[in-house]
Amino acid sequence: MLSRRLLLPLVLLSLTVAVSACGSSNNSSSGSSTTSTATTAASCSKADLALVRSGTLSVGTDKPGYPPYIVDDKPTNGKGFESAVSYAIAKQLGFTKDQVTWVVVPFNSSYAPGPKKFDFDINQISISPARARAVDFSAPYYTAPQAVLALKGTPAAAATDVAGLKDAKIGVQIGTTSLKAVTDTIQPSKQPSVFNDSNDTVRALKNKTVDAIVVDVPTAVYLRDFEVKKSVVTGTFGGAGTPWGVVLGKGSKLTACVDQAISKLQASGELAAITKQWMGPYTKAPQLG
Amino acid sequence: MTDAVTDIASDRRAARAAARRSRERRGALIAAVSTVVVLGLLTLLITQSSGWPTVRETFFSWQAFKTSFPDILRGFWLDVKLFVSVEAVVLVAGLGIALCRITTAPALFPVRLLAVVFTDLLRGIPTILIVYLVGFGIPALQISGLPNDPIILGGLALAMSYSAYVAEVYRSGIESVHPSQRSASLALGLSSAQALRFVILPQAVRRVAPPLLNDFIALQKDVALVSILGPLEAFRVAQIYAAENFNYTPLLAAALLYVAVTIPLARLVDRMQRGSRPPVSGVVR
Repeated sequence: MLSRRLLLPLVLLSLTVAVSACGSSNNSSSGSSTTSTATTAASCSKADLALVRSGTLSVGTDKPGYPPYIVDDKPTNGKGFESAVSYAIAKQLGFTKDQVTWVVVPFNSSYAPGPKKFDFDINQISISPARARAVDFSAPYYTAPQAVLALKGTPAAAATDVAGLKDAKIGVQIGTTSLKAVTDTIQPSKQPSVFNDSNDTVRALKNKTVDAIVVDVPTAVYLRDFEVKKSVVTGTFGGAGTPWGVVLGKGSKLTACVDQAISKLQASGELAAITKQWMGPYTKAPQLG
Repeated sequence: MTDAVTDIASDRRAARAAARRSRERRGALIAAVSTVVVLGLLTLLITQSSGWPTVRETFFSWQAFKTSFPDILRGFWLDVKLFVSVEAVVLVAGLGIALCRITTAPALFPVRLLAVVFTDLLRGIPTILIVYLVGFGIPALQISGLPNDPIILGGLALAMSYSAYVAEVYRSGIESVHPSQRSASLALGLSSAQALRFVILPQAVRRVAPPLLNDFIALQKDVALVSILGPLEAFRVAQIYAAENFNYTPLLAAALLYVAVTIPLARLVDRMQRGSRPPVSGVVR
């Protein structure tokens, strides 16, 4: 009896929801195209910038941050590649060092819809067309290939080509492009393990729960030198890798300005100098055939 | 004379029935109209909000749903296997712990103490922490022979946490059986163990079946916690798709799968609860 009395309202409920969901499907695409054209026209002088908090440039990154990107987990110190790049971009936009505010932005919330708490977010995020539907990306500031890190004496450490890694249990961090590189290029016979953060990924390697982990080259070399005893960087694979960009809100008025700043840094050689200073020691690795 | 009375009576009955029917119809109509109005207003409020197009694209993208769903479903199969096997372990282990706790022999005091400490500790620690500690802690010991498979370790952690809850459910069931039942069994010549096995436990377990199923529902959702150890179960697969495309729809797809299992289970609990109302005391069934 109760269920029959509930039936009619429930049917109507599903109908209203279905109708309203279908009805609004058309106007969503037209809305996004108008905002993207407006961004290019904006002026990039500091006074005209639309900022999350007025007078200060809010830069997001995840916590903890790891070398060589962030040193001592303090992005404010200007040390580390991504901290240095951020301050260089800020300087181009007209901000002094103390006019930059760092905010903690976990990777998974960097692409959440709604108002952002950062003006731009820098967190080794790879640019891809699918992702660009949800956020704006700046021009790339770095590109790194993927590399395999394995414990000494294991079959994965001795591999000289991608085929030698086929039977390895591989660990990767979620949200990185490493997983795609693994499934596309190595095509392992065992399902890769996917961990929440780089701490867990490294822990799994130390625990021998996985035979090898796949990270970008600078991270692999850093881990080998400072974190994981008796480990080797087996080599890089999968080509040059995907370029990284800073993330901005979809349709952000700042995107064009950050692009401009990055291209100026490229033209002046400053970006190359920063890259050499912080990433230089961490990019040498053999290439897997 | 009598005919007239019956006529009046049946007329009145018919009138009452008609009135009741119309009341019910009106009730259903009012319920329907108010449902449409409330939900209509809600949908209007949500779809007219300025952020809706973005939310629609990031949370309700049919394209993202379609591409991710087959993989998430494959991941969910791992969840199903895991929660069914963990539940089997939990039902046995929980009963064991409950039985340890209700012992009275002085010599068994350490057993009781251990059971109390186990239930208190494991119910006190968040499940995600237990999964984390077991999943990353045990392999770190590097003792050969200990399991190293994240699925087994995650299952072990869940089994530990849920046995603690289920033990308490069993204990409440056992203690709800009146002591006279035990006295009567002993008087009939059953041993203490036989009284427990054939008289007390059957009644206790039947009484706590609904809360046990309730814990089963909770466990069915909590298997997603094993994802932090790396296995590609439904939630993790959904997260991977979400991170790859910056779109949250796959998470919604995973949620749908969990709900598809929990809601039928919840209805089953409702039905069992309706069927297992405690009998009036003294009535033999």
